[in-house]
Amino acid sequence: MPRSLSAVLPPRGLADRLTALFWRRPNLLLVLLLAPPLLWLGVVYLGSLAALLLQSFYSIDEFSGLVVREFTLKTYAELLRPSNYDVILRTLLMSAAVTVASVIIAFPIAYMAARYAKGRWKAVFYLGIMLPLWSSYLVKVYAWKLILAKEGILTWAAERTHTQWLIDAALSLPYVGGNSLSTSFIGTFLVFTYVWLPFMILPMQASLERVPASLLEASADLGATPARTFRTVTLPLALPGIIAGSIFTFSLTMGDYIIPQIIGTSANFIGMAVYQLQGTAGNIPLAAAFAVVPIVIMLIYLQLAKRAGAFDAL
Amino acid sequence: MTPAVEFRAVSRHFGSTRAVDAVDLIVPEGSFFAMLGPSGSGKTTCLRLISGFEKPTSGEIRIFGENSGETPPHLRHVNTVFQDYALFPHLSVLDNVAYGLMVRGVDRRTRHARAEELLALVHLDGYGPRKPAQLSGGQRQRVALARALINEPRVLLLDEPLGALDLKLREAMQDELKALQQRLGITFIFVTHDQTEALSMADRLAVFNAGKIAQIGTPEDIYARPATRFVADFVGSSNVLPPAVTQAIGGPARWSSLRPEAVRLVPPDGAALTGRVTATRYLGGATRVTVATGRHQAPDERGYIGPGDAADLGVLIPTGQPVPALGDRTGLTFDPAALHLMDGA
Ligand SMILES: Nc1ncnc2c1ncn2[C@@H]1O[C@H](COP(=O)(O)OP(=O)(O)OP(=O)(O)O)[C@@H](O)[C@H]1O
Ligand SMILES: [Mg+2]
Repeated sequence: MPRSLSAVLPPRGLADRLTALFWRRPNLLLVLLLAPPLLWLGVVYLGSLAALLLQSFYSIDEFSGLVVREFTLKTYAELLRPSNYDVILRTLLMSAAVTVASVIIAFPIAYMAARYAKGRWKAVFYLGIMLPLWSSYLVKVYAWKLILAKEGILTWAAERTHTQWLIDAALSLPYVGGNSLSTSFIGTFLVFTYVWLPFMILPMQASLERVPASLLEASADLGATPARTFRTVTLPLALPGIIAGSIFTFSLTMGDYIIPQIIGTSANFIGMAVYQLQGTAGNIPLAAAFAVVPIVIMLIYLQLAKRAGAFDAL
Repeated sequence: MTPAVEFRAVSRHFGSTRAVDAVDLIVPEGSFFAMLGPSGSGKTTCLRLISGFEKPTSGEIRIFGENSGETPPHLRHVNTVFQDYALFPHLSVLDNVAYGLMVRGVDRRTRHARAEELLALVHLDGYGPRKPAQLSGGQRQRVALARALINEPRVLLLDEPLGALDLKLREAMQDELKALQQRLGITFIFVTHDQTEALSMADRLAVFNAGKIAQIGTPEDIYARPATRFVADFVGSSNVLPPAVTQAIGGPARWSSLRPEAVRLVPPDGAALTGRVTATRYLGGATRVTVATGRHQAPDERGYIGPGDAADLGVLIPTGQPVPALGDRTGLTFDPAALHLMDGA
């Protein structure tokens, strides 16, 4: 092959020319790649959010039932009415409880998977976590209704193992107890925790996976007990994953309107309230105001987490 | 005096890999002990056995006379500068250095003051508030060193702590480490790939080969009297002569080594050993001339070419003296006392 005198190869076609163009103008490629998703995000996503926000500043005329398109904070004031305020508080407490329980249950699972599972066991882990996600959400919820019902599987199992008293004790608790597990807040809580658990385990496991074993060794080398290493190295480094997971479980619980309808006391949650208000009641402004609540709570939560240094390790 | 670290027939096998194989080792207290060897020869594994992150498959490790078999890493008064630094990414440089004191419950003011002192020691004053990610590789290594020193360990393990430094800083840190070791009286166990570094810094050194110790001794021993062909080859610069060549120049039929300083070039006529110049390399203070002597054996029936009496001899010619040209025929002479016999292994 004759050797060319130039160090520059001639372009071999359109692809080479395009690549060269993008190499010379890196921003062009960025714009081309980002424009469609940004448009989608900007118009459809943020736009609808803005529309929602706007709606919440309107009010409804009590006699005609029509939306009054004038700026007012009246609708937000209505959120503070005891019956509405109860809904918010109940949802908030339930979301917090589900999140805390998910963290506690997910952590050891994620930890084992990240630290000890290798090769085939890792595949088994992912399959075990994902499998429930592949079946319909409604199927799972109805399955749980059967499990938790008064004559359900759990009661049957408790009778066989003589642990009926445990369920009875739980059901006799004030406020969260009730007639049976499937008609109490405990039941709602159990099902929420079950359904959202994978959303906690996966980000948690991903963040634990990124903690190099050599850091744990360095900590032990410098005299830290395993418990100390866990507190000062593992936990801070896994925190972004825990926060990510808790954002999932928290916001998913806050917005859900199906589980509390099927399992529980039929007391209202935010999602259900929004569903009813914009549907049967036709009170769009109040529905919008309700929908803003989870957003505000999440923003406050993220701010607090950031303030506490949860993202320092990122 | 009890040795700082003692290995008695220690092995560590990973499946069929014999990372450390029946090693006996004594590291005297207060010494600067170097472990030298090619990649994968078991140096890091030895350090991990001392710090407690690996358990020996068999054998016994004594640290200051005590059998360390039952002591977990965090209770060993041994600290490590890790090969990959292992700095805590979420902590500032200052908190990284102060970590060892923090876990011992030393209050914030005292431990930060002490950490500042150590940062000054490694020439990183003022870097305390940064995160490790904002440092260069060499700066991270120095933070790792400061962090390992804060607990004033009785034995400090250093796993190639100067690998990422440029030559100038590397030499400065070598002097610094040596001075530090003498001042603190701590036993240093220092792992390195770099022959010159090991020879210049250590009081004693062990040369590793495939999980075993090929030779252990003072730098003088290792350099001038390599026990095996492997050591002579690895420590480098010495001429390694196959048995036929040793015999040709008047020695017994064994492997031997000959330092290049001991060889001189003479006119070819009448010289006992002659050869052709195949390479010259200018080193600054001297020129290293390679002379090919003898002949390879004819290939045997399997096509294998034995070394025969062929050898490439390195000769150092001080700058200022005439250097032969490539391809020149030349004679060689040497001081017979400098010929050192060794094992062929
Ligand atoms: N955890 C392990 N599992 C399996 N094999 C291992 C393990 N740790 C080390 N080895 C093997 O043991 C041998 C010695 O490894 P070691 O890390 O001690 O080498 P080294 O001398 O420190 O090398 P380098 O100079 O490259 O750091 C290597 O062959 C390595 O692959
Ligand atoms: Mg190593």
